[in-house]
Order: sequence, then structure tokens, then C-alpha cells
Amino acid sequence: MLDIEDLHVMIGDRVVLHDINLHIGEGETHVLMGPNGSGKTTLLRAIMGFGGLDIAKGKILFRGRDVTRLPIHERAKMGMGMLFQRPPTIAGLKLGKLLAVTSGEDTAVVNEYAKYLNMHSFLDRAINLGFSGGEIKRSEVLQLMVQGPDFVMLDEPESGVDLENITLIGNAIAKLLEKDVHIVNRKKSGLVITHTGYILDYLDADFGHVMCDGEFRCHGNPREILKVIKTSGYKECLACQKI
Amino acid sequence: MPEDIDKMADLSPEDQDRLARTGLEVDMKNRSGSFFQVDQEIKEIASLQEGIEVHSLADALRKYDWLSDYLWKAVPKDKDKYTRYVAEQEDPRGFVVIARENSRSVYPLQACLFLAKTSVQHVHNIVIAEKGAELHIISGCASASYTKKGSHIGVTECYVGEGAHVTSTMIHNWGEEISVFPRSASIVQENGVFLSNYICMQPVRRIEMAPIARLEGKNSVGRFNSIVIAPPGSYLDLGSVAQLSAEGASAELMTRAITTGGHIISRGLIEGQTRRTKGHIECKGLILKDGTIHAIPEIKGEVVDTELSHEAAVGKIAREEIEYLMSRGLDEEVATATIIRGFLDVRIDGLPGVLQDQIDAAIDAAEKAGF
Repeated sequence: MLDIEDLHVMIGDRVVLHDINLHIGEGETHVLMGPNGSGKTTLLRAIMGFGGLDIAKGKILFRGRDVTRLPIHERAKMGMGMLFQRPPTIAGLKLGKLLAVTSGEDTAVVNEYAKYLNMHSFLDRAINLGFSGGEIKRSEVLQLMVQGPDFVMLDEPESGVDLENITLIGNAIAKLLEKDVHIVNRKKSGLVITHTGYILDYLDADFGHVMCDGEFRCHGNPREILKVIKTSGYKECLACQKI
Repeated sequence: MPEDIDKMADLSPEDQDRLARTGLEVDMKNRSGSFFQVDQEIKEIASLQEGIEVHSLADALRKYDWLSDYLWKAVPKDKDKYTRYVAEQEDPRGFVVIARENSRSVYPLQACLFLAKTSVQHVHNIVIAEKGAELHIISGCASASYTKKGSHIGVTECYVGEGAHVTSTMIHNWGEEISVFPRSASIVQENGVFLSNYICMQPVRRIEMAPIARLEGKNSVGRFNSIVIAPPGSYLDLGSVAQLSAEGASAELMTRAITTGGHIISRGLIEGQTRRTKGHIECKGLILKDGTIHAIPEIKGEVVDTELSHEAAVGKIAREEIEYLMSRGLDEEVATATIIRGFLDVRIDGLPGVLQDQIDAAIDAAEKAGF
């Protein structure tokens, strides 16, 4: 699904990601962990194609096609989607209006998912304007469900979400990633940033990666990595030799 | 210029379309009455709603002696050269609408002022809403497709009685070389509500206007909403003024302005002259191509216990917002248009759905034309 080869990313004259290599196969869910400011969100933004970043070196391949220089919307049309940790507020633009555009005016689909995520009363409200943390995340998941991407990037889906909503959001994300489909037939892939690991209670993640100072420090079983981080923090990761 | 225009339906399809874009219904569907003036000729007057009268100014002055008391009461005759010009006319044209006590207009009344071949069109309009009346007026002002130059000077005086509710929605569709100088003022009595909406999405050479709401009755309310776009060559000097001179009076002035190369001056003035009054000015501007948006919000408090505030912001569309929508699959052009549409999308409280639909349609047409 996704292949990253020797990626180096700069913001201004500062190297923020370097020597990044990653393969995410069809149906796989990967988890990305690391201390604040280590470059996790930047990696997701580079994969999605956001501006403000310079790809100094390397390639991003999606479904075998080099998308390194492709505009954001073309990547989205190819099947990439992203849940934002802190999406912008767009005054005046109603959530329902955006969903109408992205669904191709398919009201039935919008209503079905809005009902599932308990977001019906938000369709007539400006995107993220006055939304609580949990409402922002439900709106993000709703937009992704309507969009239906094959590769989903999730930037801290559980942050700012209360315990009641985490179950709803966790189950919805599991659905997005086809966790209800047998592993043999599962086509959807994901890359999830998490600090707490709560979201892993809903997603059986296949691989874990730890990022420090703009590079991967280790790869492995996500639950085991999380266990180490919970016990010792990122100190060990920072001290750990490069893989 | 066709000589035989007696009603809106006689206009060419192209000009009917221009009128439709100002929110007027040629077939009168969803309308409670109509007034149609071409240049200085009054062509159609009709009222379909009991309790609501529509007259030409001349007929109304002949019919009602008392009406002369309302002439030049809200707008001073010598306010400026335009009011003096209208005052000097021996045979003034324009409409008089009277909504009788407790009458209620289900559908809006439409007033169409159409500039065809005259160089200066002038009108003097009087609107009177008696106690408890509810009146909605949509004024469509347009010039003919073949009219390249001309001026429109309009004086409108509006009297909102005790507990009455008046909305005035004006959608302009003038030509690129037309200059427009409306001069309006409203006097609002106790518990009365005056709501004014001004939409201009099409090119015009020059518009200068600053309607005034004098909130003289206790708990009276005045609200002005302006949604405008200035393409290159357009000069829009727009303002609104609210004078809070009775306890409990409140006012809101809201503007959404976009320039794609034209010049917009957005003035707003609220004067808190009495205790327990409130007012707020909001002006948001987007500069899509180099042009000018000059926001001048003014608040003037004269007593303790008047609460006045303003906020103004002029800028560009945030890149972050465009990219966010692009990540949902919208290309850059559609993402930008969607954000602009949202910026202009203002829900106006107290406005009948049919009028909100007309405002939306005017903005939709501008969206389709790529703003």
C-alpha cells in the first residue's frame, strides 16, 4: 500500500525527518510512537502532501506510484485519508455542506454515518467552531467514514476524548480499518500516532515504530513497545542505538 | 430599448434573468405585492395581502393628507446634494408601502427599480409599519443589459411602529458603469425590529450608502447585514449607522466583504446615547486579489451602562484551511470556493426562508461565476 524510501524532510533550513524507510502492506495497521516534537505529525503531513515542508530526498510510493510531488487532493482521490489532531476551524462552512461535497451529494451515506457517530445535530454547524475535543474527533472520523479512504492516517485519535466517547471513536476507527473483516480479506491499512495507547484496545495493530529526533529508533510489536515506554518512558528510546 | 415595457414580463429574457438575480419573481410566486418602476415610469403596482397597501408616492400623497408628515422626517432634505436633488423634483416617483396595524405579510413584497435609458433615476420611498405589523420587503435594483451608464438616487424613509417587525432585503445587480446613491433612514418605536440586508455580488462603478436606524423606542432592535464583492473597477463605500436613544435598544452591524480587485470601504457607527443599550459591529474582509478593504468601525458611548464593541479582520484565506479540504479530496479551486462560500454564508435571524433563499441564490450565482 505505502512505501517510503530514504525520506528526508526539511522545514526551512532545519532537517526534521531523515533516513525514513517504511513499508505498510494492504490490511496492516501500524502504530507510530515517540516523544513530543519527534517528527510523527510531520511524517503524516509529508505523506499526505502538505505544504511548508521540503522533501529534500527520498520517495513516497502509494500503490506503487510515486506520489512524492503529487498535490494533496490527488493523494486523497487515490485513497489516502487523514484524521487531524488539531484540525482548523472554518467559520461559515457547515460540516454537512462539506460532507455533501465529499460524498457526491449522497445524503443517505452522510446520514447513516452521522447517526452512527451521534453527529446529526452538528451537520448544520460550522466545522469545528465551538466543538469540544471529543466532538472534533467525532467530526474527523465522520469525514473519513464518508470519504472512505483505503489508507488512513490517524494523528492521536484519542487525545481530548472522554472515556464515553473513546469507545464510540475506537469502534468507528476499527470499522474504518475493516477490523471486522477477516484478516485474509482486509484491504484497508492504517498508520496511527498514539501517546497513550488507549486506541489500541480497539485496533489490533500489527507493527509498532518509535520515532525520536526525526528518525526511527525501533520497530516491533506495538504492545511490547508500548509496555517499555509506559515503564521507562522515552529515555531508553533516546539512549537506544539507531537500528 | 424596447418601448412597450408595461410589466416585468415584457422585459427581454436576459433582463428578466438580471431581475431574477436580484431576488425578484416576474410571475409573483411567493410574493405578497409588487411595485415596478422603469426609469421614471411606474409600470406595476399590486398588493395581494390584506392590510398591506402599495401606492406610488404621488397617489399616496393625494390619498392621505397625513402622509406629508412622514416626508423628509427620517432623512433630512438637505442631508447632501443627492437628497437635495430628490427634494427639488416636482414630480417625485417611488413607492409607499403601508402595513396596517397587526397585519402580517406571509410573503415579501417586491419592489423593482429598473434603470433602462434615463441618465438619472430618482425615487423617494416611504415605508410605514403600524403597531404590531410584520412586513418584509425585497428591493431588486438592476439596470438593463444594454444600459451602460447611469445613476440611481433613492431616498427611503422607514417608520417601524410599536412592536412592528420590518425586514428590508436589497439585492443589487447594476452595470459596470452605473453609480448608485441610496439615502435611507429608519425610525423604530418601542419593541420594534428593523432588519436590513444588503447584497451586492455584481460589478458596479460606484455605490455610496450609509443607512441609519434611529432606535427611539424602548427595547427596539436594529440589525444591518451586508454581503458584498468588489471586482476590479467597483468602488463600494458602504456603511450603516445605529443610534441607540432608548433604554434596552440594541443594534448589530455585520459585514462580509470580498475584494477581487475593487475598493470597499466598510463603515459602521453605533452611538450609545442612553443607558441599558447594546451594540456590536463585526466586519470581516477577504482580499482574494490585490484591492482594498478599508474597515472603519466606530463606537461612541455617551453614558454609563451602554455596552458597545467591534471586531474587524481583513486578510486572506488560511492555507491550512485550503489544505484541510484538499485532504478530503477537493481540488484547490473547489476548496477555495467552498471556503469563500462559507465565509459569505450568513444565516439571518428573523428573515423568512424565502428571502434567505434569495440571498443564498445571489451568492450561489457569484460562486458559479467563480466569484
